[in-house]
Amino acid sequence: MHDTMTQTRAEREAHPPQPEAAPEAGERPEPWAGFVPGRWQRHIDVRDFIQKNVVGYAGEADFLAGPSARTQAVWRRIAELLEAERANGGVLDVAADVGSSILAHAPGYIDRERELIVGLQTDAPLKRAVMPAGGLRLAEQALAAYGFEMDPALREVFRLYRKDHNSAVFDAYTEEILACRRNGIVTGLPDAYGRGRIIGDYRRVALYGVARLIRDKRHQKAELDHAGGDDATIRLREELAEQLRALAELSEMARRYGFDIDRPAATAHEAVQWLYFGYLAAVKEQNGAAMSLGRVSSFLDAYIARDLAAGRLDEAGAQELIDDFVIKLRIVRFLRPPEYNALFSGDPTWVTECIGGLREDGRPLVTRTSYRFLQTLHNLGAAPEPNLTVLWSPDLPAPFKRFCAATSIATSALQYENDDLMRPYWGDDYGIACCVSAMKLGKQMQFFGARANLAKALLYALNGGRDEISGEQVGPPCSVYEGAVLDYDAVMERYERTLDWLARVYSEAMNTIHAMHDRYDYERLEMALHDRDVFRTMAYGVAGLSVVADSLSAIKHATVRPVRDPDSGLIVDFETEGEAPAFGNNDERVDAIAVEVLERFMALLRANPTYREAEPTLSVLTITSNVVYGKATGTTPDGRKRGEPFAPGANPMHGRDRKGALAAAASVAKLPYEQAQDGISYTFSIVPPALGKSADERVENLTALLDAYFGRGGHHINVNVLNRETLLEAMAHPERYPQLTIRVSGYAVNFIKLTREQQEDVIARTFHGAM
Amino acid sequence: MSAVRPVAAAELPPLPPELAAVPGRIHSLETAGTVDGPGVRFVVFTTGCPLRCKYCHNPDAQHLKDGEATTVGAVMAELAPFARFYRDHGGLTVTGGEPLVQPAFTRALFEAARLWGIPTALDTSGFLGARADADLLAATDLVLLDVKSWDPATYQAVTGVALQPTLDFARRLADRGTPVWLRFVLVPGLTDAADNVQGLAAFARALPNVARIEVLPFHKMSEAKWRALGRPYALFDTPAPTAEQVERVRAAFGPLAA
Repeated sequence: MHDTMTQTRAEREAHPPQPEAAPEAGERPEPWAGFVPGRWQRHIDVRDFIQKNVVGYAGEADFLAGPSARTQAVWRRIAELLEAERANGGVLDVAADVGSSILAHAPGYIDRERELIVGLQTDAPLKRAVMPAGGLRLAEQALAAYGFEMDPALREVFRLYRKDHNSAVFDAYTEEILACRRNGIVTGLPDAYGRGRIIGDYRRVALYGVARLIRDKRHQKAELDHAGGDDATIRLREELAEQLRALAELSEMARRYGFDIDRPAATAHEAVQWLYFGYLAAVKEQNGAAMSLGRVSSFLDAYIARDLAAGRLDEAGAQELIDDFVIKLRIVRFLRPPEYNALFSGDPTWVTECIGGLREDGRPLVTRTSYRFLQTLHNLGAAPEPNLTVLWSPDLPAPFKRFCAATSIATSALQYENDDLMRPYWGDDYGIACCVSAMKLGKQMQFFGARANLAKALLYALNGGRDEISGEQVGPPCSVYEGAVLDYDAVMERYERTLDWLARVYSEAMNTIHAMHDRYDYERLEMALHDRDVFRTMAYGVAGLSVVADSLSAIKHATVRPVRDPDSGLIVDFETEGEAPAFGNNDERVDAIAVEVLERFMALLRANPTYREAEPTLSVLTITSNVVYGKATGTTPDGRKRGEPFAPGANPMHGRDRKGALAAAASVAKLPYEQAQDGISYTFSIVPPALGKSADERVENLTALLDAYFGRGGHHINVNVLNRETLLEAMAHPERYPQLTIRVSGYAVNFIKLTREQQEDVIARTFHGAM
Repeated sequence: MSAVRPVAAAELPPLPPELAAVPGRIHSLETAGTVDGPGVRFVVFTTGCPLRCKYCHNPDAQHLKDGEATTVGAVMAELAPFARFYRDHGGLTVTGGEPLVQPAFTRALFEAARLWGIPTALDTSGFLGARADADLLAATDLVLLDVKSWDPATYQAVTGVALQPTLDFARRLADRGTPVWLRFVLVPGLTDAADNVQGLAAFARALPNVARIEVLPFHKMSEAKWRALGRPYALFDTPAPTAEQVERVRAAFGPLAA
């Protein structure tokens, strides 16, 4: 593969890229000329367009082009700015004088002469925007932390005249919710900033142009003219009015950059630019926790293939478009206070892009542009964003699987999710929001809600609802467990009651947050790129599943004696006699416990009513917050000491998976997707020599392991192929490793941007095959 | 896709009870080994070894009694969920320790694997090659033969035992045509003498069944194990070979070297 890239780079030098100016009006093709007609022309139906117009590619990667001189020049400029951003403590600059909106900032450029795709969140690259609607407090804290001051007029607007989401949520929170939040049994709630995890169908901007989308939305609104005056209808009418306003602003924003996106895109260049404008408007207006892109690569392939066939574009030009687009996606930034990093380190934005997958009829959706997106990691070097996500099936074309595996081995920047598992639920035009949350594009959104700490809940069950660290009575009062030895059935009975209570409080918190977010920080533009009537999920989450499974396994299979603190009477430690199986060894005696806990908690969550009748779902995902969750949780019966990190996501606990990767993955794959439809995250790290002796063998072995894990029903996997020594050296000399990327639960980060604690956690974690 | 579905227990022929009952002692199992034979392998680490290599990677597996008592049936039950995977993408490797300390156990594992269509590999020093009877070799698809040194004196110094039995075993494998991957641990100052390398290379060239030669650079990952065992680690001051040293030795072994 490396030979191929060298060769194409040489070819590139022989044929320098032609500057691809926007085509003159006279030579612009008809937007839809040459596309296979269908329902998509009469209705907003991107999937139908894809089904009819996307041609699969089952060949090798040898057609790919290396980076052009222009791409390299633009990237060099960004690399300098990234270095300056790091040197400046993580934030390069802030547009503190104005609240962000689609039209708030003048057009900005990286390098106007060279850029192919234009548009920045503010008037300069890496200059962050202030978005107070999600949370004034958080915006102020972040500004203060980086030495900026909020524009007084803006502050006054939000203090006096216009409530923000954060204030509204806290107005309506209950004492119980506040206590749970304070003690860390429910954490990471999106109650202080944008909730994110909504994916606008940005492809619609390219395929239809904004004028058509506005006509369609007007029609949708008109249909509600006689629908009555109930709350839901009134809310929807107001929302549609907001969506229409956002679309008009999107059009105006593009006009300021010199583009008329009222009409559909007519070329590949325009398709990428139009689509990016749609996304850009969203990230100008929302600082959502995750602002994902969807599934654009194979859609764009239809345009690129058409231009290639017409001689309007060559492969080098096609790759340049994607490289330039990806450069833009790599520099999306949000203003967050430093404390946010303890939870979600490394400035993540989750610009998740899905690549591959199969059609419902079984044919792969892999195109040459699937390869071109992966190629950006080779052309520009590794990077955590966009969060490139391969929708895997063993039935993907073998050359594509090999290219993915080789790219993982070279960059550790890819995650994989099981298309065979998700397709029956979400069809063949879903995207992934954030890390693992699947949703039908343009037809579905989710109410994101971080996670409940199941390990702490187990300690509450033993301690009668009192927090083991603060001593506060958080849950419903009952006695502290009295026996000398923990009895499995008695503990489970207490745990069930605790989880029942936790599910209720958690769901109340979620309903509060999302009612307020819809009201005070509605995602106008993203929802304008959805159908009118969307399917909503209430996306709950859990942390500490393997801690709980191992703890309950110890209680069941060994002898666990609680140790009480003489002053508080609380159980604060455990003495264990005998051995118990641990999650991660494909041992049914403990794996079944993990499954049971997941099923029980999901059932309890389902029993609670949800805002807007959202369908409850659940994720087993921690991002990097496994470290802070562990920090806030006392000693657990599995032998984990107070303050020690949890395993990330659904991973087995560090070092307890003693039978190697297949057994560990098999345990994780047992967790039923049906009960965790918001995703189950597994992070797999291995040193390169442990994956095989030669480069070819490593690719073959990784491909086989991915097939095996997904074939067993695993949902998600991060793949890291890294040396421990490299990570240690990067900790000592961060300046030498600006692009070192590592997958953590559900996303990728620049390793050097992790907090020291998180870096240590990553290094301490199992590197499979270190033997 | 069907190739990676878990194998239902019913799809695997049951193991004859007398085979399943064969006892053995093991140090550990690895479900995704990729460095002990082709593909992704189920690796059984047995305990017990007559050699006392100065760089031993698994000093905690040197004594038979260090291991956990198990049976062929119990080990194969751990393998069973992935049986089809190993059949298509790798196989079963028995290593150690020295598997030929427990020849009956090793043979029974291989016979069980054969019943399930899984390729087998024996990782051995060859010192106990005489213990590998015809039945065991008949069930062995590949031997990973670790020749610690060519020079008999160096061999004795590194391992504490004689070289000759290993050479005898190598010739026996060549006579019966059992494929061999020859492995050589490169330890600077100990096994890297040019004569030592050249001699082994010439020996390997004369064996038609040698399909591959693996040069394994010495590493000190086992140092902690030695320390935990409270035993002196003789190679404390020995550096890992440089990339150039490794390449030079690989070149000396010729085109089969990896």
